[in-house]
Amino acid sequence: MRYLRGFFILTAIVVAMPFLFPDNYYVTVVAVAAGLNAILAVSLNLLMGYAGQISLGHAAFFGIGAYSSAILTTRFGWNPWLAIVAGMALTCSVAFLVARPILRLKGHYLAMATLGLGIIVNILLVQGERWTGGPDGLGDIPTLSIFGWIVDSDLRWYIVIGSVLLLVVVLAQNIINSRSGRALRALHGSEVAAEMMGINTTATKTAVFVLAALIASLAGSLFSHQQTFVSPESFSFFFSIELVTMVVLGGMASTYGAVLGAVILTFLPELLVVFEEFEVMIFGAILMLMMIFLPQGLLVGFNEQIRKWLLQRARASGGEQRRDIA
Amino acid sequence: MSIIKTISSLAVSAILTLTGSQLMASETIKIGSFLAITGGASFLGDPELKTLQMYVEEINAAGGHAGKQIELVHYDTGGRAKDAVKFAKRLIQKDKVDLIVGGSTSGTSLAVMPLVAESEIPFISLAGSVKIIYPVQKWTFKMPHTDAMAAAKIYGDMRKRGISKVALISGSGGFGKSGRTQSINLAKQFGITIVADESYGAKDTDMTAQLTKIRDTDAQAILNFGFGTGPAIVTKNVRQLGIDLPLYQSHGVASKKFIELAGEAAEGVRLPAAALLVADQLPDSDPQKAVLLAYKSKFEAAHGPVSTFGGHAYDGLFIALDAIERAGTTDKAKVRDEIENTKGFIGTAGVFNMSPQDHLGLGMDAFKMLEIKNGNWVIVE
Repeated sequence: MRYLRGFFILTAIVVAMPFLFPDNYYVTVVAVAAGLNAILAVSLNLLMGYAGQISLGHAAFFGIGAYSSAILTTRFGWNPWLAIVAGMALTCSVAFLVARPILRLKGHYLAMATLGLGIIVNILLVQGERWTGGPDGLGDIPTLSIFGWIVDSDLRWYIVIGSVLLLVVVLAQNIINSRSGRALRALHGSEVAAEMMGINTTATKTAVFVLAALIASLAGSLFSHQQTFVSPESFSFFFSIELVTMVVLGGMASTYGAVLGAVILTFLPELLVVFEEFEVMIFGAILMLMMIFLPQGLLVGFNEQIRKWLLQRARASGGEQRRDIA
Repeated sequence: MSIIKTISSLAVSAILTLTGSQLMASETIKIGSFLAITGGASFLGDPELKTLQMYVEEINAAGGHAGKQIELVHYDTGGRAKDAVKFAKRLIQKDKVDLIVGGSTSGTSLAVMPLVAESEIPFISLAGSVKIIYPVQKWTFKMPHTDAMAAAKIYGDMRKRGISKVALISGSGGFGKSGRTQSINLAKQFGITIVADESYGAKDTDMTAQLTKIRDTDAQAILNFGFGTGPAIVTKNVRQLGIDLPLYQSHGVASKKFIELAGEAAEGVRLPAAALLVADQLPDSDPQKAVLLAYKSKFEAAHGPVSTFGGHAYDGLFIALDAIERAGTTDKAKVRDEIENTKGFIGTAGVFNMSPQDHLGLGMDAFKMLEIKNGNWVIVE
């Protein structure tokens, strides 16, 4: 259970927040946005951090999920839960179809291909006006209800998103610490070596790509019910980049790092609004400083710094003891 | 675990003190705003914010509005709908503003409308889409003319010139798409047939292919709905191809920038636009003239060339303040009723007469038909 230690801490924080700060804007509104971003970052981290496959098109799957829910519930009157499943099924097939050809590529070429995917989906959302409502977006999306419990307040959304985030984190941690998780990391290290060890790299890469897409699709569906309005710019190339930034900022190959990255990138702009026109500049400067001083990412970087410091202290005290003996 | 709890509670309390709203005297009017100050739509949000700040400062310096100081709380959405929703919640729940004037783009305005209705707070949108006010929503109002009105104005002018067959070419952005839909919907009513329906992407640099197709039709005029550089390229391409048809542009290019970009090709292009651009050409009898010249000189003295977008913020701010004054309170329901009762308000976009059925309140006369002559606009009516 050692690998779940972080999970318990995260659970404690998620559960404690609404009790510590009931009816607080940062908890009920910003934290919900942060939670959604964290779900996306955790899923992207599986692909990027662990398997080492860069994706600049993750927002596309988020968008497919969101628009599937939005269109099926508003235009066809589907049950929201059925729409979520349909969205995930659609995402699954799209991800599966593109995974094979796309994941043959490496490095910049893979980045380019996923970028293209993201842009194509975005163009479809903008141009498919009859279904998607075009650039003006699509509104009047019904909210969710769970066995008669209607998710209609910010606090209730906090509970839903928080629970889903915790589930996704457990899922990610379990995968990483399983045989397939080790396969992923082997693949990251060296694809050739991994294959020599008997890992089916194509199948592993495809599986993790589809899984990441499925989680993104689920997040998209939740997003569209929570916002009750979707428009294409929420799923643009820039959002994909934002997600990559979250993963890199928090620390690649660390699920909690991804969560931390998402939380920081969501909260920081909220806190910086007091600086008005300098907001964007300060935001950029903070990101730059973080990357300069903690290039492995915040969580990973901090952990290492603390470990180093502890080691030094241990060595120093060890030295003293030796001197004492002498 | 306790350490983490302490750290997190410390962090949150630090956050709260950092951004917490200052203690407010009860005698203030709190106006909230969310605008696209950065990003692709910043050409809308930037003059809007400058206008709001300029007038709020002026009113406060002069002792406030009806004895009350005004506090403006504003956030930058970057034109993103989800940020607009987030900041609208912040304005309502955290800043507890009395009303909201904002929403530079149609997407951001439409996104917050369910929230505004649920929270029962008056919202004056500064965005163009007709969807914002049709069907009428109790708490939402809107300042700019709709794209349907622009299309109607253009068709009216075409009928006067005896044009009945029109080739449509539109940009693929929100503005172009919405304009295209309205143009197609209204065509029949004006007895106009659309003989071609072409489109171009936001970053296209050459539209000769689409225009060649249009040349092969029996169109009597070309109508272009779009923002940014697209319309300037269309204008140039039309001249390069030697197409000798009247060219109509939308109010999306009602700025000096368009004339600069299109150069000589812009000569003879007609477009509907708010009177603000041609304020000095208006007859002295025009009720808008004084308001327009005052706004124009004030804005230009502080920030450079005026745009109609900043004008919408002016209209929104003063319609809101007038409503608060008539209501004698900042009570949300009463202020909303008074906004709906706005009659004869002379703004930069026209004369506003609102009603429960019309949350825009502008008539067709709010648009002037302009023609570009010698690099400047001339009113043709």
